[in-house]
Amino acid sequence: MNKKGSTFYLLLIPVLLWLVVLIVTPHLDLMFRSFRLETDEGNMIFSLNNYLTFFQDKIYWLTFVKTALYSIFVTFLAFVVTFPVAFYLTKVVGKRYSGFMTLLLLIPIWIGELVTVYGWMILLRDNGVINNFLMRIGLIKSPIEMLFTNFSMTIGLLYMSMLFMIVPMMSALDSLDDSLIEAASDLGASKWTIFRQIIIPYTTPGIVSGGIIVFMLVIGDYVAPNILGGKSSLWFTEQIYNKFLASFNWSEGAAFGFLLLLLSSTIIWIALKLTGQKLERVGS
Amino acid sequence: MIRTLPRSPLYITGYRIYILLFYIFLIMPLITICVLAFNDSNFIALPWLGFSLDWFFADTDERLGLFKDPDLLLSVWTSLQTGFLVALFSTIVGTIAALLFEQEKFRLKGLLYFLALSPLVIPGVVLGISILLSATNAGIYLEENLGINIGILAPSFWLVVIGQFSFCSTFVMLLVGARLKKFDPVLEEAALSLRATRLQVIWLITIPFLRPAIIGAFVVAFLISFSNFNTTIFLVGSDPTLPVDLYARIKFSSTPVLNAVSFMIVSFITLAAMVNFAINRNKE
Repeated sequence: MNKKGSTFYLLLIPVLLWLVVLIVTPHLDLMFRSFRLETDEGNMIFSLNNYLTFFQDKIYWLTFVKTALYSIFVTFLAFVVTFPVAFYLTKVVGKRYSGFMTLLLLIPIWIGELVTVYGWMILLRDNGVINNFLMRIGLIKSPIEMLFTNFSMTIGLLYMSMLFMIVPMMSALDSLDDSLIEAASDLGASKWTIFRQIIIPYTTPGIVSGGIIVFMLVIGDYVAPNILGGKSSLWFTEQIYNKFLASFNWSEGAAFGFLLLLLSSTIIWIALKLTGQKLERVGS
Repeated sequence: MIRTLPRSPLYITGYRIYILLFYIFLIMPLITICVLAFNDSNFIALPWLGFSLDWFFADTDERLGLFKDPDLLLSVWTSLQTGFLVALFSTIVGTIAALLFEQEKFRLKGLLYFLALSPLVIPGVVLGISILLSATNAGIYLEENLGINIGILAPSFWLVVIGQFSFCSTFVMLLVGARLKKFDPVLEEAALSLRATRLQVIWLITIPFLRPAIIGAFVVAFLISFSNFNTTIFLVGSDPTLPVDLYARIKFSSTPVLNAVSFMIVSFITLAAMVNFAINRNKE
């Protein structure tokens, strides 16, 4: 190794401080705390009790499994809903409109989740805009219960996360040379064949990085499940929130947080392995 | 299928209808809140009872408008301050990280880069509780061993800044890093051969080249901070940020002032996006 100048250390030290103090140490603290138990005398001892609570109490691990499966489902839904849009904006619509239409996609992202989730709450209420509209045109007689169900929660999760998937898919599609599709079409390939054999393989990196972002946003979300979901749509983050801010059982909360971290990392690791991608690419 | 290929009218019409429905889905919650912000009603949803600016300017027992509500204005001010500080710190550290990872070679670089990217795959809630635990531990340690009490290690304004900074730096690093990849190293080599020091090169050549990306990253960091809820909720002290305040109001005391605040956010973001779009188009 060649000798490093002082500039190198000037760059290294702030980054090292950031990563060690704010990323590594807090998560080590989280892990240690999850194995601690406060005895009746107020002493902290090593214990697996916090994890036992999780496995013994059905509601905890059921919520855990449900959150995992639901997040995968919403991620898939986000792909199905937004892929045609990404394709339309990069390959179908005239260049004149695509810039403006892409801009419209970014606005809800920057407005922020809380405001858009609140908007859906107003839309989906019993006396909300959608029920009012459906009753006005005579399609239904009494309001349909939409808010505080799994349906409203799914809408909220989808809405706040799906746009983060479009951008990486669009940049992947942008670099796909049109002549590949033209050539396949000239050789008589059907639309489905072109889609499966050319477009999907080519855009896999974009789909995977977008999918990971969506999955992380959904599995770690608190606002949409809490505001739009009902009693039946518990989310695992809500359990962590309750442990920390309602029952003040930080040790159990830490165990739950650590389990959530393990869960999301494992699913992402599997997704990366299955598709042959690297985390470094997700960033770009 | 794409612009250059012949398309059946049925295919393109169906596609256009889908895109139209997608954009309606996208815009519906935003339009709804904006319209209802001017509803002359004491309830957040329909029916429409006429136009009114009460939820912006009224100061009566029944209605407290946005600009007359000291608590709400204070939380907006807190969010603006938080956003500015987070953007400032994360822009500095994120840019340094981009320079470090793009231009330097050193041992453990892969590991450090992985850590720098990790906030992308850590759920926001987990980051929040980890930093809360770590700060609390540090606070207790300092008080018991050194007898000093550091206020910012308890949930507070500065702890929120620290927590948001920890993941905003990652986004800055990615945005600035993407621009840095396009940097022509010949420029640096020329400066170095003219006996500029490494630090001078960074300050006089690299940073000016990166300026558009750095400004963009600053804005992005500000917006992420301004709308963050999942991490902030665990770190917030007695002075709530706007999302925390809005969340409490949505859960416990919904009045149409929520619509008025949302209207302000939606219009500000939309306006800013349009101005940005117009400027960029004129440049091309």
